[in-house]
Amino acid sequence: MDVTVTVNGHTYERDVEPRKLLIHFLRDDLDLTGSHVGCDTGNCGACSVIVNGTLLKSCMMLAVQANGATIETVEGLSADGQLTALQQAFHEHHALQCGYCTPGMLMSATALLRENPRPSEDEIKKALQGNICRCTGYWNIVEAVKAVAE
Amino acid sequence: MLLREVEYAKPASVAEALGLLAENDGARALAGGQTLINVMKARAASPDALVDLNGLDELKGIELAADGTLTIGAMTTYSELMASAEAKARPILGEVCATIADVQVRNRGTLGGNVCSNDPTNHLPPLMCAIGARMTIVGQAGEREVPAEEFFLGVYMTAVGPGELLTRIAIPAGKHDGFAAVTLGADGTCICNAAASVNGSVRVAIGCVDAVPVVITAGSPDEVAAAVRAADLDPPSDVHASAEYRRHLAEVLATRAAKEAAAR
Ligand SMILES: Cc1cc2nc3c(=O)[nH]c(=O)nc-3n(C[C@H](O)[C@H](O)[C@H](O)COP(=O)(O)OP(=O)(O)OC[C@H]3O[C@@H](n4cnc5c(N)ncnc54)[C@H](O)[C@@H]3O)c2cc1C
Ligand code: FES
Ligand code: FES
Repeated sequence: MDVTVTVNGHTYERDVEPRKLLIHFLRDDLDLTGSHVGCDTGNCGACSVIVNGTLLKSCMMLAVQANGATIETVEGLSADGQLTALQQAFHEHHALQCGYCTPGMLMSATALLRENPRPSEDEIKKALQGNICRCTGYWNIVEAVKAVAE
Repeated sequence: MLLREVEYAKPASVAEALGLLAENDGARALAGGQTLINVMKARAASPDALVDLNGLDELKGIELAADGTLTIGAMTTYSELMASAEAKARPILGEVCATIADVQVRNRGTLGGNVCSNDPTNHLPPLMCAIGARMTIVGQAGEREVPAEEFFLGVYMTAVGPGELLTRIAIPAGKHDGFAAVTLGADGTCICNAAASVNGSVRVAIGCVDAVPVVITAGSPDEVAAAVRAADLDPPSDVHASAEYRRHLAEVLATRAAKEAAAR
């Protein structure tokens, strides 16, 4: 099926099999490998992207369902080569170790800060519930988001 | 994971969707996909065709009638319900939806999908039974309304037959409701849950202990524990809880939900 999507400002048109998940379309067809596959069961959030303004897990949606959509992935955050305040805060607060979860964490925190620029610590934790990190213990991730919120 | 080959259609009306489902025995409705896509990855089901309901405005929206009845479109997501001013007419709905999984799942998962999948650990089947929801099902033959208690038929089975769709859920006015659960981590999968509503007597629906929610009535919250014991539940044992522990949780959570309901 023909699918047209706009990802991080670029429009792509591709022929896609309906069985292909959005995450694989992004990674394999569009070579946007920033979004990761951690669990492939909707649990870990490493594949989180923003589709038409809505944060979702791209392993839980078909690529054909995104036809016509505007998609934001981690690659789009610093498209101009400049880290966003959130990315900078992750850097400064040591909010990543192996970095596998980071693209998803950044997208979830980006979605949160857009909706709620001054989240409380509890709101930050609730917003990141769908993102699992097996390295950091979350502390520094929450600290980084807090730093941007302040 | 690469899914098995599947056809895909995105109808523009419920009539068209019903036509597509009728045309192909192997076709399945796709709502939020937060259960179905995983089921397809695991090959637990491999539909030949998916009929995507996401383009159907007829299945969206939340209306509040003058008598307080809420009518919620099957394709309403948890996040949409939580943000709806109308849905505050029955506050327990938004409160429970806010504890389902995480933001991403709540942004995609729908009320219709939650009740149609009827996973015994899901949050909404017991809640719908406790608060007296009524489901509207449409098929080629027309429309019918089924009370929640008759809607849930077995594990992953509901009154929605092949070729049919759930279109909306009607919920009467009320606010004396409660919900209690023991979950795997905060907002995780339920090990046992209970929803309660107090309207003169107490009505409790317990989840995770049988194929469908178990509905129990009692004169007051203090009588709930005895009523649960009398129901002689035979819950499953698994890695998370033994049958005996689940039976204990059922009593505790039913009482907790009933007390919360009565206190509001
Ligand atoms: C990580 C994770 C954690 C989760 N934790 C929980 C939890 O703790 N509690 C909980 O309740 N849920 C949980 N869920 C499940 C989630 O709530 C699903 O959204 C829900 O069970 C199904 O809704 P859906 O809209 O995604 O439906 P889909 O997955 O699209 O569909 C599910 C089934 O219902 C059928 N269906 C859907 N809509 C209709 C309709 N209108 N008419 C007829 N048939 C229909 C489909 O054909 C399919 O068989 C979790 C999911 C994930 C990924
Ligand atoms: S890969 Fe999508 S949630 Fe883990
Ligand atoms: S930094 Fe390694 S998983 Fe989060």
